[in-house]
Amino acid sequence: MPVIWLVLIVLALGAGGYVLGRSRALGSAGGDSRKLHSLPNYYGSNVAIKTLVPSFLVLAIWLIAQPIFVSSQISGQLPDGIVPEGSSVGLVMAEVRRTADGIGALVANGTMSADMAASAQVDPVDLTARLQEAGQVVTSAITQPILQAAQSYRAMNATGGMAMTALVLLIALGGLVYGLRETAPQFRARNVVEGSVRVLLIAAASLAILTTIGIVLSLLFNTVEFFRIYPASDFFGSLTWSPSFQGNSQLGIWPLLWGTLYISIIALTVAVPIGLFAAIYLSEYASKAVRSTAKPLLEILAGIPTIVYGLFALLTVGPMLMRVFGDEGIGWMQSGTAVMTAGLVMGIMLIPFVSSLSDDIINAVPQAMRDGSLGLGATKSETIRQVVLPAALPGIVGAILLAASRAIGETMIVVLGAGAAARLSMNPFDAMTTVTAKIVSQLTGDSDFASPEALVAFALGMTLFVITLGLNVFALYIVRKYREQYE
Amino acid sequence: MTDATHEGAKRHRSLLTVDAQTKKRNAAEARFKVYGMVAILAGLTFLVVLAVSIIRSGLPAFSANMVQVELTLSQEQYAEAEGQLFKTRAYADIFNAAFTAELRERGLTTEFDPESIERIIGQPGATIRSFYRANEDQLGQPVTFNLPTASRIDGYFKGRLLRENVTDSRFLTLADLDLADELKEAGIIQSQFNWTFITGKDSSVDNPGGAGLGASVIGSFAMMLVVLFLSLPIGVAASIYLEEFAPKNRITDLIEVNISNLAAVPSIVFGILGLAVFIQFAHLPQSAPLVGGLVLTLMTLPTIIISTRASLKSVPPSIRDAALGVGASKMQAVFHHVLPLAMPGILTGTIIGLAQALGETAPLLLIGMVGFVAREYPDGLVSAFMDPNSAMPAQIYTWAARSDDAFYEKAWGGIIILLVFLLAMNLLAILLRRRFERRW
Repeated sequence: MPVIWLVLIVLALGAGGYVLGRSRALGSAGGDSRKLHSLPNYYGSNVAIKTLVPSFLVLAIWLIAQPIFVSSQISGQLPDGIVPEGSSVGLVMAEVRRTADGIGALVANGTMSADMAASAQVDPVDLTARLQEAGQVVTSAITQPILQAAQSYRAMNATGGMAMTALVLLIALGGLVYGLRETAPQFRARNVVEGSVRVLLIAAASLAILTTIGIVLSLLFNTVEFFRIYPASDFFGSLTWSPSFQGNSQLGIWPLLWGTLYISIIALTVAVPIGLFAAIYLSEYASKAVRSTAKPLLEILAGIPTIVYGLFALLTVGPMLMRVFGDEGIGWMQSGTAVMTAGLVMGIMLIPFVSSLSDDIINAVPQAMRDGSLGLGATKSETIRQVVLPAALPGIVGAILLAASRAIGETMIVVLGAGAAARLSMNPFDAMTTVTAKIVSQLTGDSDFASPEALVAFALGMTLFVITLGLNVFALYIVRKYREQYE
Repeated sequence: MTDATHEGAKRHRSLLTVDAQTKKRNAAEARFKVYGMVAILAGLTFLVVLAVSIIRSGLPAFSANMVQVELTLSQEQYAEAEGQLFKTRAYADIFNAAFTAELRERGLTTEFDPESIERIIGQPGATIRSFYRANEDQLGQPVTFNLPTASRIDGYFKGRLLRENVTDSRFLTLADLDLADELKEAGIIQSQFNWTFITGKDSSVDNPGGAGLGASVIGSFAMMLVVLFLSLPIGVAASIYLEEFAPKNRITDLIEVNISNLAAVPSIVFGILGLAVFIQFAHLPQSAPLVGGLVLTLMTLPTIIISTRASLKSVPPSIRDAALGVGASKMQAVFHHVLPLAMPGILTGTIIGLAQALGETAPLLLIGMVGFVAREYPDGLVSAFMDPNSAMPAQIYTWAARSDDAFYEKAWGGIIILLVFLLAMNLLAILLRRRFERRW
């Protein structure tokens, strides 16, 4: 039975439980809800919760555990020597799974009877042909051991599915009966329901922790795996990045880090002066009308998806720079995709980050400080430079650091605008590449996940995660530590 | 500042005459103000340049140069063509013969060879065949076909391809352009609104004219449904707990720090998470909108939680006190009174979070939405979520990566559609805020 049907049945049981619980509570009080401890709805909800929550919990755990259990059983059953040289158990298991899925599809569309799919007399050659004919993805000829493994995989999954259905339905029914038996006028249904709702709220809030753990674990496991097959000293020590899928790759991170850094520096040299002066003008000089139109207009720049900026870099800014700095102009630029292209466009994207944050911070500087400075005879600009900005400096530094972490993690602009060549060069008109761009290119090929060329992306992701996290924490620290308290 | 013993200096320091230092200070003041104005103007100029280049490059994608031809196919011709080995080829031959005859009849002055027509119209055979196979009753009657011109000719009319850049090749000759010009003048080639671009599916690399965004709009829509139905309840539940119930302790602090850090994690890291957890570990199908939706949910949750908490915080405590005062439990006070009052703000924040998720590309690259060519519409509700599909930004990236002027035009056009969606969502959020916002 497909899981969706099981879910629907359990949901129906829960709804039924609600109605039954509510009417039973009312019935036990003789139709007078004032004799109940809680409102009748709470009795219904109590039954529904007892029906739904345990059964869904079991369902979820089972759905996660079953594939792991079946895979480990099957890979234990695989005869020795089936794993070819240069391959891994994971790849063989993937083939087993594909074969099993293929047989399932054949049974589903009626080309193969269920009995035949499970029988030991199936000819692997014939099966391969049939699967290919039906358009199923089969890598190579299916061998006898793989076929057997696939058949027992199907058998175990089928048994597991049956057991799961039975167990989940049993638990749901048990919960329903238990909830109904509890229902009595003295039963404190509201407290029980509110307690469970509270647990649900806590679970939702903990998802943030789970997500972080998920990120860290998925990066960590694959990074460790990468460093097992590729020495860490080469990753952090080598100055060349030249992956080749035949092996013998040189995977040094420095060219990528340099590209990332160079592009971010250019982006910040564009964004910081413009953003800062815009913020100063908006908060200190602009009339109300100017402020209320210019501020949202600038913020549009932050709401535009990065793919738009990427295309803008590739197709508008790149060719524009080529006309000035390219072969027809000064001759510094070889192609439209370069550090300068990506940096400029990223700078445009970051203007509103710097300006909005700085604007808020400048506005938070108390008016009394400005009045004091102006009263001593300073001009407005002197007040801003010598009183307001120093007071707002920690916040502004925090804003710039946040913009920097944004620039380092930016992907689409560099994928489209910065080029693909990893090199250590000082020329801003050279094509270079970044950590994020290489994560994309190493993980979007058809390579398998076991090769160092694909796994390196996780090590790069880990580096990126650590750098941006460090910048964010540092930014918050600066803001907290040096914030002047005016009250 | 003033020194009583220096009489001469005092004379110069009159308020009425401006001395050199004051002049300098005033000039510095004026300069400083100009810097600010220049910065604002620079920002706005970038915005205008961006908008102009999007519109100028994207609008041509919404029109297509089409050829309108009337064709009559007899029963015998149909049977004969269906009997051949290369069926579309046979239809194309029939079409070419008929079209050539019609052009001769109209007395076009330019000399042309029949192959020219093939280069202008591309391969009409498949369209014609599929039409007649679906409508056999139309055989023997005149039918008007609306056929797209080849992408090079389309580009020529839109100014993408310049006459001086054309060298005679097997794809295009200068004589073709002369003929195309004449067809245009005679009204046989017309520029029409390109519905295929909005509703159609992606095409193969050699057929930019037939590429459309429709299938990936469905993919994006499915993803947004997943994001909405997961992130709204989870985000609201998490915010209610943190804002209304959480005791001040280390676990609560940990959760809060986590949420603010997650909001600053680069989106590509969420893509890596999705790849490792949902695809490698849980074996969910690659490129499926469900997986994309799950990844985007994790990414938007911090945004939604932050804005939801702000709107819960803006509900005054007197509301809670009043509810508690008449005997409501804490849970009832929150769910019956605070939450409904905070709802407009929550919805506004959710819509803005969704708009952000809609335009996000980087995580989708990693879960395989880019290598996939959205050649088919999903055929059903389950298929819309579980079968591989593309999404709007991923489709735009795919087109941009094809390095072909015709596809660049499609990518710009796709951006216009994407921005229209984003604009609509943001307008909705602003309207909601205007209509329901309460000041306490």
